[in-house]
Amino acid sequence: MSEEKLGFFARLKKGLTKTRNNIVSGLDALFSGFSKIDDDFYEELEEILIMGDLGVRATENIIDEMKERVKKDHIKEPAQLKEVLIESIKEQMQVTEAEYAFEKEQSVVFVIGVNGVGKTTTVGKLAGKLKNENRKVLMAAADTFRAAAGEQLTEWAHRAGCDLIQGAEGADPASVIFDAVSAAKARNVDVLLCDTAGRLHNKKNLMEELRKMNRIIDREFPNAHRENLVVLDATTGQNALQQAREFGEVADLTGIILTKMDGTAKGGIAVAIQSELKIPVKYIGVGETIDDLQKFDSNAFVNALFDVKQSEEMDDGTENVNIGEI
Amino acid sequence: MAFESLTDKLQNVFKSLRSKGRLTEEDVKSALKEVKMALLEADVNFKVVKQFVKAVEERAIGQDVLTGLNPGQMVVKIVNEEMISLMGSETTEITFAPGKAITVIMMCGLQGAGKTTTTAKIAGKLKLKGKKPLLVACDIYRPAAIKQLQINGEKQEVDVFAMGDNNKVSDIAKASIAHAEKNGHNVVILDTAGRLHVDEDMMAELQEIKQVLTVHQTLLVVDAMTGQDAVNVAKEFDEKVSIDGVVLTKMDGDTRGGAALSIKAVTGKPILYVGMGEKLSDLEQFYPDRMANRILGMGDILTLIEKVQVDIDEEKEREMASRMKKGKFDFNDYLESMKQMKKMGGLSSIMGMLPGMGKMKDIESMVDEKQLARMEAIVLSMTPAERENPKLLNPSRKHRIAKGAGVDIAVVNRFIKQFEQSQKMMKQMPGMFGGKKGRGGFPMGGFGGRKFF
Ligand SMILES: Nc1nc2c(ncn2[C@@H]2O[C@H](COP(=O)(O)OP(=O)(O)O)[C@@H](O)[C@H]2O)c(=O)[nH]1
Ligand SMILES: [Mg+2]
Repeated sequence: MSEEKLGFFARLKKGLTKTRNNIVSGLDALFSGFSKIDDDFYEELEEILIMGDLGVRATENIIDEMKERVKKDHIKEPAQLKEVLIESIKEQMQVTEAEYAFEKEQSVVFVIGVNGVGKTTTVGKLAGKLKNENRKVLMAAADTFRAAAGEQLTEWAHRAGCDLIQGAEGADPASVIFDAVSAAKARNVDVLLCDTAGRLHNKKNLMEELRKMNRIIDREFPNAHRENLVVLDATTGQNALQQAREFGEVADLTGIILTKMDGTAKGGIAVAIQSELKIPVKYIGVGETIDDLQKFDSNAFVNALFDVKQSEEMDDGTENVNIGEI
Repeated sequence: MAFESLTDKLQNVFKSLRSKGRLTEEDVKSALKEVKMALLEADVNFKVVKQFVKAVEERAIGQDVLTGLNPGQMVVKIVNEEMISLMGSETTEITFAPGKAITVIMMCGLQGAGKTTTTAKIAGKLKLKGKKPLLVACDIYRPAAIKQLQINGEKQEVDVFAMGDNNKVSDIAKASIAHAEKNGHNVVILDTAGRLHVDEDMMAELQEIKQVLTVHQTLLVVDAMTGQDAVNVAKEFDEKVSIDGVVLTKMDGDTRGGAALSIKAVTGKPILYVGMGEKLSDLEQFYPDRMANRILGMGDILTLIEKVQVDIDEEKEREMASRMKKGKFDFNDYLESMKQMKKMGGLSSIMGMLPGMGKMKDIESMVDEKQLARMEAIVLSMTPAERENPKLLNPSRKHRIAKGAGVDIAVVNRFIKQFEQSQKMMKQMPGMFGGKKGRGGFPMGGFGGRKFF
């Protein structure tokens, strides 16, 4: 690697390291570091929101809204605006207790999403949670595609202490769903949790397969409360919006489960999804054990969103970088 | 895809500007604002975007605008070039240990990135190269992870080494080397558990593997859909276990994949492969230039060409070429070629397929499908007789056509004039389909180009 090459990367690294070492958290830095609300202030706010994966559009909307509020309510102090901002996002992301009605009713929970987001793990965690609430739970292992997916869910059924309906690898997942629904009715199960194979939302035939499964549940179990949950990985960027849109096309989504919130990603795309599609986040995944599922708390979410480490230094370090020499 | 292309957006920015000799600071700044947005929408990290844009700005200001391009296109050209140079200009392969030594590859990454699948895919690739790989089940945590690797290994017909989930991972890894030596394997691939980059204990586990044996290649597996956090992940993994390369998975989705740029920017390490599907053969070489195009939203032109090439109606093309040579190309031919073009995926593709049409990148930036639609409307507003014989087009007819197409009369005039010029040029340039100076001669070139309006 040439010296210039190292120059660019080294500088970027240095900037990021400084970021990490700075202990002042984002929102506090933002609101205490500025004495007035000006362009620099909004730029800083933009950075925090974008870095939280809210995306360009949601970020612009929020900033526009804040600017309006500043004008309308004659807000002068950054600290005042802080309250407004936090409240606004918190309110938007709020979930009511009514959204969790399925936990107490006879219901079918259809868990869908792209590959590796944590569907199977989430089904396991949900089963554990519902068992603790003394619900009678049955699992359907409708991922008949991925190698050892059935075994993986079997282990979770074992951990949660519930029954499981399974098909062989390569079997038609719709038939597994059919069998599971029949069993749920026959055994008078409270909640049927359906794990499905991960699929990218742009694969037409695989999405059709999901639509078919959804139809079967509707047809075979019309009286059950339907809960269609899309699992999104908090680490995912703007594509999560597209995922929510497309999965919403095959089944009416009633909620989002945002996994891997124990990492450093903020999951801000959920704000954009809520704005555009009005789908609430109902649970978050915070680890790999059976207890690592929490009801969504908009308060904690917003606080974490703004808990960004700031770095002014980075900008100074970037002067005179000549990309042409990289 | 649901994205408005960057080229479209820049077209709007530069609607009012005429081609000037040099890129002014103002030109560059307003163009780069759009570039910045496009990069952010593609999930390139905010800080990386800021640095990148700044560097491009410095290079672009004062540059000559090439003839045929407007300032916006010129900026895109520079951005694209810089992006490719940042992504790395060539493909990279796994490096093997010298001689008969066993090459040890360690896979690592976040949960759900696709390590186990990628491990099996790489094994398949190496087998084709005549290697004898051994897969090692080092994910002792996730339920059925070992089983998943074993099933995949069976499908790929490669051996899998496992010691259950009750042994220390570094012990399993060490034992696997002995097993490989005994059984004549020359590549060992360690499939490790997914872990968070901030999980100190789990990161220490990887470090320990590297302490007890020589790992030749540490590959970080990253989901192409990763957002802003990609820089933190890549940086932490690189700092703690020193990665040698990256595999980008789930690229068969519709993500722009800006994470690739972020990762490259913070680690400087090459991207070796991209995962393109769930089948164990769906692993491809990484092409930096294609990735740059994808992130910028200018489409993966090269792939488009490959795909489109199959559909060319050779017969029609030959026929049209011969009419062109004779200068008999009329507005009906124009319509026909437009129809063909649409079938084949747009003007950029048809032009690219014609020999002597130059580099695709340039063509892409010249094409404006919206203008083509407007021109099509003009032709459709002509009577069949007018289409066959453009000489009929007197002022009153032109007025009628302008009205019918919903455009200004000046637009109609310019269009017809260019058409006539092209006709003339075609006659003078009989070898245009094989010739080297072809661009100016092909009617679409002039008509589709931005210079027209
Ligand atoms: N850190 C963390 N890992 C998770 C979480 N949820 C799932 N995972 C891990 O992500 C990986 C993929 O999960 P899996 O349930 O198999 O995903 P699926 O393909 O969607 O079914 C596994 O290694 C899980 O242990 C979470 O909330 N936090
Ligand atoms: Mg699964």
